[in-house]
Amino acid sequence: MQRHLDQEIATLKDKLLTMASNAETLVINAVKALVDHSDDLARSVQEKDNIVDELEVEIDEMAIHLLSKAPLASDLRFIVVASKIAQNLERVADEATTVARRTLELNQEPQLKPYIDIPRMAQLALDMLKVALDAFVNRESEKARAVIPRDKEVDGIHKQLQRELASFMVENPKNIGRCLNLMVVSKALERIADHATNIAEEVVYLCEAEDIRHGGKKQ
Amino acid sequence: MTETPLRPVPAPPIAEEKGAQKDFIQCSDVSLWYGKMQALRDISIKLDQNVVTAFIGPSGCGKSTFLRCFNRMNDLIGNVRVSGDVLIGGQNIYAPDVDVIELRKRVGMVFQRSNPFPKSIYENVAYGLRLHGTKKKSELDVIIEKSLCNAALWDEVKDRLETSALGLSGGQQQRLCIARAIAIRPEILLMDEPASALDPIATSKIEELILQLKKDFTIVIVTHNMQQAARISDYTAFFYLGELIEYDNTNKIFTNPAKKQTEDYVTGRFG
Repeated sequence: MQRHLDQEIATLKDKLLTMASNAETLVINAVKALVDHSDDLARSVQEKDNIVDELEVEIDEMAIHLLSKAPLASDLRFIVVASKIAQNLERVADEATTVARRTLELNQEPQLKPYIDIPRMAQLALDMLKVALDAFVNRESEKARAVIPRDKEVDGIHKQLQRELASFMVENPKNIGRCLNLMVVSKALERIADHATNIAEEVVYLCEAEDIRHGGKKQ
Repeated sequence: MTETPLRPVPAPPIAEEKGAQKDFIQCSDVSLWYGKMQALRDISIKLDQNVVTAFIGPSGCGKSTFLRCFNRMNDLIGNVRVSGDVLIGGQNIYAPDVDVIELRKRVGMVFQRSNPFPKSIYENVAYGLRLHGTKKKSELDVIIEKSLCNAALWDEVKDRLETSALGLSGGQQQRLCIARAIAIRPEILLMDEPASALDPIATSKIEELILQLKKDFTIVIVTHNMQQAARISDYTAFFYLGELIEYDNTNKIFTNPAKKQTEDYVTGRFG
Protein backbone atom coordinates (compact mmCIF):
# COMPACT_ATOMS: atom_id res chain seq x y z
CA MET A 1 0.00 0.00 0.00
CA GLN A 2 1.41 3.36 -1.06
CA ARG A 3 1.14 5.61 1.96
CA HIS A 4 0.65 9.35 1.89
CA LEU A 5 3.78 9.66 4.03
CA ASP A 6 5.75 7.80 1.33
CA GLN A 7 4.89 10.53 -1.15
CA GLU A 8 6.03 13.23 1.23
CA ILE A 9 9.26 11.36 1.93
CA ALA A 10 9.82 11.01 -1.82
CA THR A 11 9.41 14.78 -2.19
CA LEU A 12 11.95 15.33 0.58
CA LYS A 13 14.37 12.99 -1.19
CA ASP A 14 13.91 14.80 -4.51
CA LYS A 15 14.62 18.12 -2.88
CA LEU A 16 17.75 16.74 -1.27
CA LEU A 17 18.98 15.42 -4.62
CA THR A 18 18.37 18.82 -6.22
CA MET A 19 20.42 20.36 -3.45
CA ALA A 20 23.18 17.79 -3.93
CA SER A 21 23.35 18.43 -7.65
CA ASN A 22 23.57 22.19 -7.05
CA ALA A 23 26.31 21.78 -4.45
CA GLU A 24 28.33 19.48 -6.75
CA THR A 25 28.05 21.95 -9.62
CA LEU A 26 29.33 24.75 -7.40
CA VAL A 27 32.41 22.72 -6.45
CA ILE A 28 33.11 21.75 -10.09
CA ASN A 29 32.76 25.36 -11.23
CA ALA A 30 34.84 26.78 -8.38
CA VAL A 31 37.77 24.50 -9.26
CA LYS A 32 37.29 25.18 -12.97
CA ALA A 33 37.36 28.92 -12.24
CA LEU A 34 40.70 28.46 -10.48
CA VAL A 35 42.27 26.29 -13.18
CA ASP A 36 40.93 28.41 -16.06
CA HIS A 37 41.57 31.76 -14.30
CA SER A 38 37.94 32.71 -14.82
CA ASP A 39 36.72 35.53 -12.60
CA ASP A 40 33.24 35.32 -14.09
CA LEU A 41 32.83 31.69 -13.17
CA ALA A 42 34.15 32.34 -9.66
CA ARG A 43 31.63 35.14 -9.18
CA SER A 44 28.78 32.98 -10.44
CA VAL A 45 29.70 30.37 -7.80
CA GLN A 46 29.47 33.02 -5.10
CA GLU A 47 26.12 34.20 -6.39
CA LYS A 48 24.56 30.75 -6.66
CA ASP A 49 25.43 29.66 -3.14
CA ASN A 50 22.13 31.08 -1.89
CA ILE A 51 20.18 28.49 -3.93
CA VAL A 52 21.76 25.77 -1.80
CA ASP A 53 21.17 27.78 1.38
CA GLU A 54 17.48 28.12 0.58
CA LEU A 55 17.14 24.42 -0.15
CA GLU A 56 18.71 23.62 3.21
CA VAL A 57 16.06 25.73 4.94
CA GLU A 58 13.26 24.14 2.90
CA ILE A 59 14.51 20.64 3.65
CA ASP A 60 14.69 21.35 7.37
CA GLU A 61 11.18 22.76 7.33
CA MET A 62 9.91 19.64 5.58
CA ALA A 63 11.80 17.43 8.02
CA ILE A 64 10.26 19.15 11.04
CA HIS A 65 6.83 18.87 9.44
CA LEU A 66 7.32 15.16 8.77
CA LEU A 67 8.69 14.50 12.24
CA SER A 68 5.52 15.94 13.75
CA LYS A 69 3.69 13.01 12.16
CA ALA A 70 5.64 10.61 14.37
CA PRO A 71 7.24 8.43 11.71
CA LEU A 72 8.88 5.28 12.98
CA ALA A 73 11.88 3.07 12.27
CA SER A 74 13.38 3.58 8.80
CA ASP A 75 11.10 6.57 8.05
CA LEU A 76 12.28 8.27 11.22
CA ARG A 77 15.94 7.61 10.39
CA PHE A 78 15.43 8.80 6.83
CA ILE A 79 14.04 12.17 7.88
CA VAL A 80 16.76 12.82 10.47
CA VAL A 81 19.46 11.69 8.04
CA ALA A 82 18.02 13.89 5.26
CA SER A 83 18.30 16.92 7.51
CA LYS A 84 21.91 16.08 8.40
CA ILE A 85 22.87 15.46 4.79
CA ALA A 86 21.34 18.82 3.88
CA GLN A 87 23.54 20.48 6.48
CA ASN A 88 26.63 18.78 5.06
CA LEU A 89 25.70 19.79 1.52
CA GLU A 90 25.25 23.39 2.60
CA ARG A 91 28.79 23.30 4.00
CA VAL A 92 30.06 21.77 0.75
CA ALA A 93 28.57 24.72 -1.12
CA ASP A 94 30.16 27.11 1.39
CA GLU A 95 33.55 25.50 0.74
CA ALA A 96 32.96 26.01 -2.99
CA THR A 97 32.40 29.73 -2.37
CA THR A 98 35.60 29.83 -0.34
CA VAL A 99 37.48 28.36 -3.30
CA ALA A 100 35.78 30.92 -5.57
CA ARG A 101 36.72 33.83 -3.30
CA ARG A 102 40.37 32.76 -3.11
CA THR A 103 40.36 32.18 -6.87
CA LEU A 104 39.42 35.82 -7.43
CA GLU A 105 42.48 36.85 -5.37
CA LEU A 106 44.78 34.31 -6.99
CA ASN A 107 43.71 35.38 -10.47
CA GLN A 108 45.15 38.83 -9.85
CA GLU A 109 48.70 37.47 -9.79
CA PRO A 110 50.65 35.11 -12.03
CA GLN A 111 50.13 31.42 -11.30
CA LEU A 112 52.56 30.20 -8.65
CA LYS A 113 52.77 26.63 -9.89
CA PRO A 114 50.87 24.33 -12.23
CA TYR A 115 47.64 23.20 -10.63
CA ILE A 116 47.88 19.42 -10.52
CA ASP A 117 47.15 18.34 -6.97
CA ILE A 118 44.19 20.69 -6.49
CA PRO A 119 42.10 19.37 -9.42
CA ARG A 120 43.05 15.85 -8.32
CA MET A 121 41.85 16.50 -4.78
CA ALA A 122 38.69 18.09 -6.12
CA GLN A 123 38.03 15.06 -8.32
CA LEU A 124 38.55 12.66 -5.43
CA ALA A 125 36.32 14.66 -3.11
CA LEU A 126 33.59 14.94 -5.75
CA ASP A 127 33.79 11.20 -6.44
CA MET A 128 33.36 10.50 -2.74
CA LEU A 129 30.40 12.85 -2.62
CA LYS A 130 28.81 11.24 -5.66
CA VAL A 131 29.22 7.69 -4.36
CA ALA A 132 27.90 8.68 -0.91
CA LEU A 133 24.83 10.27 -2.48
CA ASP A 134 24.27 7.32 -4.84
CA ALA A 135 24.44 5.06 -1.81
CA PHE A 136 21.83 7.28 -0.15
CA VAL A 137 19.50 7.13 -3.16
CA ASN A 138 19.75 3.35 -3.47
CA ARG A 139 20.15 2.74 0.27
CA GLU A 140 23.41 0.83 -0.27
CA SER A 141 25.22 0.56 2.99
CA GLU A 142 28.31 -1.23 1.64
CA LYS A 143 28.86 1.41 -1.01
CA ALA A 144 28.64 4.10 1.68
CA ARG A 145 31.12 2.26 3.90
CA ALA A 146 33.57 2.09 1.00
CA VAL A 147 33.63 5.91 0.79
CA ILE A 148 34.93 6.42 4.31
CA PRO A 149 38.56 5.16 3.99
CA ARG A 150 39.03 7.23 0.83
CA ASP A 151 39.07 10.35 2.97
CA LYS A 152 42.64 9.46 3.99
CA GLU A 153 43.77 9.74 0.39
CA VAL A 154 42.47 13.31 0.18
CA ASP A 155 44.01 14.13 3.57
CA GLY A 156 47.35 12.79 2.27
CA ILE A 157 47.34 15.06 -0.77
CA HIS A 158 46.30 18.00 1.39
CA LYS A 159 49.22 17.48 3.79
CA GLN A 160 51.66 17.05 0.96
CA LEU A 161 50.42 20.26 -0.65
CA GLN A 162 50.71 22.14 2.64
CA ARG A 163 54.37 21.07 2.94
CA GLU A 164 55.06 22.03 -0.63
CA LEU A 165 53.45 25.44 -0.22
CA ALA A 166 55.36 26.02 3.02
CA SER A 167 58.61 25.44 1.16
CA PHE A 168 57.52 27.95 -1.51
CA MET A 169 56.96 30.51 1.26
CA VAL A 170 60.39 29.86 2.78
CA GLU A 171 61.92 30.21 -0.64
CA ASN A 172 60.49 33.63 -1.36
CA PRO A 173 58.33 35.81 0.90
CA LYS A 174 56.64 37.24 -2.22
CA ASN A 175 54.95 33.86 -2.61
CA ILE A 176 53.30 34.03 0.80
CA GLY A 177 50.02 35.63 -0.33
CA ARG A 178 49.44 33.16 -3.12
CA CYS A 179 50.56 30.22 -0.98
CA LEU A 180 48.13 31.13 1.79
CA ASN A 181 45.31 31.35 -0.71
CA LEU A 182 46.19 27.97 -2.15
CA MET A 183 46.41 26.51 1.34
CA VAL A 184 42.87 27.69 2.01
CA VAL A 185 41.70 26.19 -1.29
CA SER A 186 43.36 22.89 -0.41
CA LYS A 187 41.79 22.95 3.05
CA ALA A 188 38.35 23.65 1.52
CA LEU A 189 38.66 20.63 -0.75
CA GLU A 190 39.84 18.50 2.13
CA ARG A 191 36.74 19.61 4.07
CA ILE A 192 34.48 18.65 1.16
CA ALA A 193 35.86 15.12 1.40
CA ASP A 194 35.11 15.23 5.15
CA HIS A 195 31.51 16.19 4.41
CA ALA A 196 31.27 13.34 1.89
CA THR A 197 32.51 11.03 4.65
CA ASN A 198 29.90 12.40 7.04
CA ILE A 199 27.18 11.79 4.47
CA ALA A 200 28.43 8.23 3.95
CA GLU A 201 28.29 7.63 7.71
CA GLU A 202 24.72 8.93 7.78
CA VAL A 203 23.81 6.55 4.95
CA VAL A 204 25.17 3.62 6.96
CA TYR A 205 23.01 4.77 9.87
CA LEU A 206 20.02 5.05 7.56
CA CYS A 207 20.47 1.52 6.20
CA GLU A 208 21.72 -0.36 9.24
CA ALA A 209 20.60 1.79 12.19
CA GLU A 210 24.21 1.63 13.32
CA ASP A 211 26.06 4.78 14.29
CA ILE A 212 29.61 4.42 12.98
CA ARG A 213 30.70 8.04 13.56
CA HIS A 214 33.83 8.55 15.64
CA GLY A 215 34.74 4.87 15.41
CA GLY A 216 31.30 3.64 16.37
CA LYS A 217 29.94 2.91 19.85
CA LYS A 218 32.59 2.40 22.50
CA GLN A 219 32.33 -1.03 24.06
CA MET B 1 -13.78 33.98 26.27
CA THR B 2 -14.93 34.86 22.78
CA GLU B 3 -12.69 33.82 19.95
CA THR B 4 -12.86 35.82 16.76
CA PRO B 5 -13.92 33.65 13.83
CA LEU B 6 -10.89 32.24 12.21
CA ARG B 7 -9.92 30.61 9.01
CA PRO B 8 -6.23 29.93 8.75
CA VAL B 9 -4.46 30.39 5.44
CA PRO B 10 -3.26 29.06 3.10
CA ALA B 11 -5.75 26.51 1.82
CA PRO B 12 -4.27 23.08 1.11
CA PRO B 13 -3.59 22.24 -2.55
CA ILE B 14 -6.51 19.84 -3.06
CA ALA B 15 -9.07 22.35 -1.87
CA GLU B 16 -7.48 24.99 -4.08
CA GLU B 17 -7.46 22.72 -7.14
CA LYS B 18 -11.09 21.87 -6.75
CA GLY B 19 -12.10 25.48 -6.26
CA ALA B 20 -13.52 24.50 -2.90
CA GLN B 21 -15.87 26.84 -1.13
CA LYS B 22 -14.27 28.99 1.53
CA ASP B 23 -15.98 29.13 4.90
CA PHE B 24 -18.18 26.19 3.95
CA ILE B 25 -19.03 25.62 7.58
CA GLN B 26 -19.36 28.76 9.67
CA CYS B 27 -20.00 28.67 13.38
CA SER B 28 -20.49 31.80 15.36
CA ASP B 29 -20.77 32.01 19.12
CA VAL B 30 -21.93 28.44 19.50
CA SER B 31 -22.68 27.58 23.12
CA LEU B 32 -24.23 24.39 24.40
CA TRP B 33 -25.66 23.38 27.76
CA TYR B 34 -26.39 19.92 29.12
CA GLY B 35 -29.04 21.02 31.62
CA LYS B 36 -27.28 23.68 33.68
CA MET B 37 -23.79 22.56 32.73
CA GLN B 38 -22.30 24.63 29.94
CA ALA B 39 -20.27 22.33 27.69
CA LEU B 40 -19.39 24.76 24.88
CA ARG B 41 -18.59 28.42 25.26
CA ASP B 42 -19.00 30.88 22.39
CA ILE B 43 -17.18 28.89 19.76
CA SER B 44 -16.60 30.62 16.44
CA ILE B 45 -14.81 28.81 13.67
CA LYS B 46 -14.86 28.62 9.87
CA LEU B 47 -14.03 25.49 7.90
CA ASP B 48 -13.38 25.27 4.16
CA GLN B 49 -14.67 22.64 1.80
CA ASN B 50 -12.49 19.61 0.90
CA VAL B 51 -10.18 19.94 3.85
CA VAL B 52 -9.62 17.71 6.84
CA THR B 53 -9.98 19.50 10.14
CA ALA B 54 -9.00 17.75 13.35
CA PHE B 55 -10.50 18.57 16.74
CA ILE B 56 -8.17 17.76 19.59
CA GLY B 57 -8.28 18.29 23.32
CA PRO B 58 -8.49 16.39 26.59
CA SER B 59 -11.51 14.26 27.46
CA GLY B 60 -14.53 16.35 28.34
CA CYS B 61 -13.28 19.44 26.52
CA GLY B 62 -16.32 19.51 24.25
CA LYS B 63 -14.80 18.46 20.96
CA SER B 64 -17.22 15.57 20.34
CA THR B 65 -20.14 17.69 21.53
CA PHE B 66 -19.13 20.40 19.07
CA LEU B 67 -18.74 17.85 16.28
CA ARG B 68 -22.28 16.64 16.94
CA CYS B 69 -23.56 20.21 16.53
CA PHE B 70 -22.79 19.91 12.81
CA ASN B 71 -25.53 17.33 12.21
CA ARG B 72 -27.70 18.15 15.21
CA MET B 73 -27.00 14.81 16.83
CA ASN B 74 -27.23 16.61 20.17
CA ASP B 75 -30.97 17.04 19.50
CA LEU B 76 -31.29 13.35 20.33
CA ILE B 77 -30.07 13.97 23.88
CA GLY B 78 -32.69 15.39 26.23
CA ASN B 79 -32.06 18.57 28.18
CA VAL B 80 -29.63 20.01 25.63
CA ARG B 81 -29.80 23.67 24.64
CA VAL B 82 -27.77 25.20 21.83
CA SER B 83 -27.27 28.88 21.08
CA GLY B 84 -25.36 30.58 18.27
CA ASP B 85 -25.35 29.86 14.55
CA VAL B 86 -24.03 26.96 12.53
CA LEU B 87 -24.11 27.66 8.80
CA ILE B 88 -23.38 24.93 6.27
CA GLY B 89 -23.10 26.19 2.72
CA GLY B 90 -24.76 29.39 3.93
CA GLN B 91 -27.79 27.66 5.48
CA ASN B 92 -28.38 27.96 9.19
CA ILE B 93 -28.91 24.36 10.26
CA TYR B 94 -30.60 25.40 13.50
CA ALA B 95 -33.27 27.40 11.67
CA PRO B 96 -36.81 26.15 12.48
CA ASP B 97 -37.59 25.09 8.91
CA VAL B 98 -34.58 22.76 8.60
CA ASP B 99 -35.39 19.12 7.93
CA VAL B 100 -33.06 17.27 10.29
CA ILE B 101 -33.25 14.04 8.30
CA GLU B 102 -32.19 15.93 5.18
CA LEU B 103 -29.41 17.61 7.16
CA ARG B 104 -28.05 14.26 8.32
CA LYS B 105 -28.01 13.13 4.72
CA ARG B 106 -25.77 16.09 3.95
CA VAL B 107 -23.64 15.53 7.03
CA GLY B 108 -22.66 11.89 7.51
CA MET B 109 -21.06 10.49 10.62
CA VAL B 110 -18.70 7.68 11.62
CA PHE B 111 -18.38 6.75 15.27
CA GLN B 112 -15.64 5.53 17.55
CA ARG B 113 -16.98 1.99 17.79
CA SER B 114 -17.86 0.56 14.43
CA ASN B 115 -21.60 -0.09 14.46
CA PRO B 116 -22.59 -2.13 11.42
CA PHE B 117 -26.18 -3.33 11.30
CA PRO B 118 -26.61 -7.05 11.96
CA LYS B 119 -27.19 -7.56 8.26
CA SER B 120 -25.13 -8.55 5.26
CA ILE B 121 -22.27 -6.36 4.04
CA TYR B 122 -24.37 -5.45 1.00
CA GLU B 123 -27.42 -4.54 3.06
CA ASN B 124 -25.39 -2.33 5.38
CA VAL B 125 -24.46 -0.04 2.51
CA ALA B 126 -27.82 -0.40 0.76
CA TYR B 127 -29.79 0.55 3.87
CA GLY B 128 -29.32 4.30 3.72
CA LEU B 129 -29.68 4.34 -0.04
CA ARG B 130 -33.05 2.59 0.11
CA LEU B 131 -34.15 4.91 2.88
CA HIS B 132 -33.37 7.84 0.63
CA GLY B 133 -35.23 6.43 -2.34
CA THR B 134 -32.82 4.32 -4.40
CA LYS B 135 -34.72 1.12 -5.01
CA LYS B 136 -33.44 -0.36 -8.27
CA LYS B 137 -31.02 -3.26 -7.71
CA SER B 138 -28.85 -2.28 -10.65
CA GLU B 139 -28.44 1.26 -9.29
CA LEU B 140 -27.79 -0.01 -5.81
CA ASP B 141 -25.14 -2.41 -7.11
CA VAL B 142 -23.24 0.39 -8.79
CA ILE B 143 -23.32 2.73 -5.81
CA ILE B 144 -22.45 -0.02 -3.34
CA GLU B 145 -19.43 -1.11 -5.35
CA LYS B 146 -18.27 2.48 -5.70
CA SER B 147 -18.74 3.21 -2.00
CA LEU B 148 -16.90 0.06 -0.95
CA CYS B 149 -14.09 0.90 -3.41
CA ASN B 150 -13.85 4.43 -2.03
CA ALA B 151 -13.74 3.01 1.46
CA ALA B 152 -10.82 0.76 0.37
CA LEU B 153 -12.83 -2.32 1.28
CA TRP B 154 -14.11 -3.67 -2.04
CA ASP B 155 -11.21 -6.03 -2.74
CA GLU B 156 -11.52 -7.60 0.67
CA VAL B 157 -15.30 -8.19 0.60
CA LYS B 158 -16.38 -8.42 -3.04
CA ASP B 159 -16.72 -12.21 -2.87
CA ARG B 160 -18.78 -12.25 0.30
CA LEU B 161 -21.17 -9.34 0.04
CA GLU B 162 -24.03 -11.49 1.27
CA THR B 163 -22.28 -12.61 4.45
CA SER B 164 -22.87 -10.91 7.78
CA ALA B 165 -21.08 -7.62 8.38
CA LEU B 166 -20.46 -8.76 11.94
CA GLY B 167 -17.99 -11.34 10.63
CA LEU B 168 -15.61 -8.61 9.47
CA SER B 169 -12.59 -7.52 11.51
CA GLY B 170 -12.78 -4.30 13.53
CA GLY B 171 -10.90 -2.32 10.91
CA GLN B 172 -13.04 -3.72 8.11
CA GLN B 173 -16.21 -2.96 10.05
CA GLN B 174 -15.09 0.62 10.48
CA ARG B 175 -14.38 0.95 6.77
CA LEU B 176 -17.80 -0.56 6.09
CA CYS B 177 -19.32 2.17 8.26
CA ILE B 178 -17.41 4.73 6.22
CA ALA B 179 -18.71 3.12 3.01
CA ARG B 180 -22.22 3.24 4.45
CA ALA B 181 -21.80 6.91 5.34
CA ILE B 182 -20.42 7.96 1.95
CA ALA B 183 -22.91 5.90 -0.08
CA ILE B 184 -25.56 8.59 0.25
CA ARG B 185 -23.00 11.19 -0.91
CA PRO B 186 -22.96 13.53 2.06
CA GLU B 187 -21.14 16.83 1.72
CA ILE B 188 -19.52 16.56 5.11
CA LEU B 189 -18.17 13.53 6.92
CA LEU B 190 -17.89 13.74 10.69
CA MET B 191 -15.63 11.22 12.36
CA ASP B 192 -15.57 10.75 16.09
CA GLU B 193 -12.31 8.95 16.92
CA PRO B 194 -12.76 6.54 14.00
CA ALA B 195 -9.51 4.66 14.59
CA SER B 196 -9.18 4.65 18.36
CA ALA B 197 -10.23 1.02 18.71
CA LEU B 198 -8.06 -0.26 15.86
CA ASP B 199 -4.56 -1.68 15.57
CA PRO B 200 -1.81 0.29 13.76
CA ILE B 201 -2.38 -1.39 10.39
CA ALA B 202 -6.13 -0.85 10.40
CA THR B 203 -5.51 2.69 11.68
CA SER B 204 -3.11 3.36 8.85
CA LYS B 205 -5.71 2.17 6.33
CA ILE B 206 -8.34 4.48 7.80
CA GLU B 207 -5.88 7.38 7.73
CA GLU B 208 -4.97 6.78 4.09
CA LEU B 209 -8.65 6.52 3.34
CA ILE B 210 -9.37 9.88 4.96
CA LEU B 211 -6.63 11.48 2.84
CA GLN B 212 -8.29 10.01 -0.26
CA LEU B 213 -11.81 10.99 0.78
CA LYS B 214 -11.04 14.67 1.24
CA LYS B 215 -11.08 15.02 -2.55
CA ASP B 216 -14.84 14.48 -2.39
CA PHE B 217 -15.84 15.37 1.14
CA THR B 218 -15.24 17.92 3.83
CA ILE B 219 -14.00 15.96 6.80
CA VAL B 220 -14.05 16.87 10.47
CA ILE B 221 -12.40 14.37 12.76
CA VAL B 222 -12.15 14.16 16.52
CA THR B 223 -9.05 12.34 17.65
CA HIS B 224 -7.06 11.72 20.81
CA ASN B 225 -4.09 10.67 18.77
CA MET B 226 -2.02 13.78 18.18
CA GLN B 227 0.16 12.19 15.54
CA GLN B 228 -2.94 11.08 13.71
CA ALA B 229 -4.11 14.68 13.60
CA ALA B 230 -0.65 15.69 12.38
CA ARG B 231 -0.66 13.02 9.69
CA ILE B 232 -4.07 13.52 8.18
CA SER B 233 -5.45 16.96 8.90
CA ASP B 234 -4.91 20.25 7.15
CA TYR B 235 -6.16 22.30 10.08
CA THR B 236 -6.33 21.55 13.76
CA ALA B 237 -8.52 23.08 16.43
CA PHE B 238 -7.59 22.66 20.08
CA PHE B 239 -10.41 22.70 22.63
CA TYR B 240 -10.13 22.98 26.38
CA LEU B 241 -12.93 23.18 28.96
CA GLY B 242 -15.53 23.94 26.32
CA GLU B 243 -13.53 26.70 24.66
CA LEU B 244 -11.74 26.84 21.36
CA ILE B 245 -8.22 27.72 22.43
CA GLU B 246 -6.38 27.66 19.13
CA TYR B 247 -7.18 26.94 15.50
CA ASP B 248 -4.52 26.98 12.83
CA ASN B 249 -2.70 25.05 10.12
CA THR B 250 -1.88 21.63 11.49
CA ASN B 251 1.80 22.10 10.82
CA LYS B 252 1.78 25.27 12.89
CA ILE B 253 -0.14 23.68 15.76
CA PHE B 254 2.32 20.80 16.00
CA THR B 255 5.56 22.66 15.42
CA ASN B 256 4.94 26.12 16.79
CA PRO B 257 1.59 26.63 18.52
CA ALA B 258 0.72 30.20 19.50
CA LYS B 259 -0.77 29.36 22.90
CA LYS B 260 1.06 27.73 25.76
CA GLN B 261 -1.98 25.59 26.62
CA THR B 262 -1.89 24.08 23.14
CA GLU B 263 1.80 23.37 23.37
CA ASP B 264 1.42 21.76 26.78
CA TYR B 265 -1.33 19.53 25.45
CA VAL B 266 0.29 18.47 22.20
CA THR B 267 3.57 17.72 23.96
CA GLY B 268 1.71 15.59 26.51
CA ARG B 269 2.34 17.82 29.54
CA PHE B 270 -1.31 17.87 30.50
CA GLY B 271 -4.60 16.45 29.40
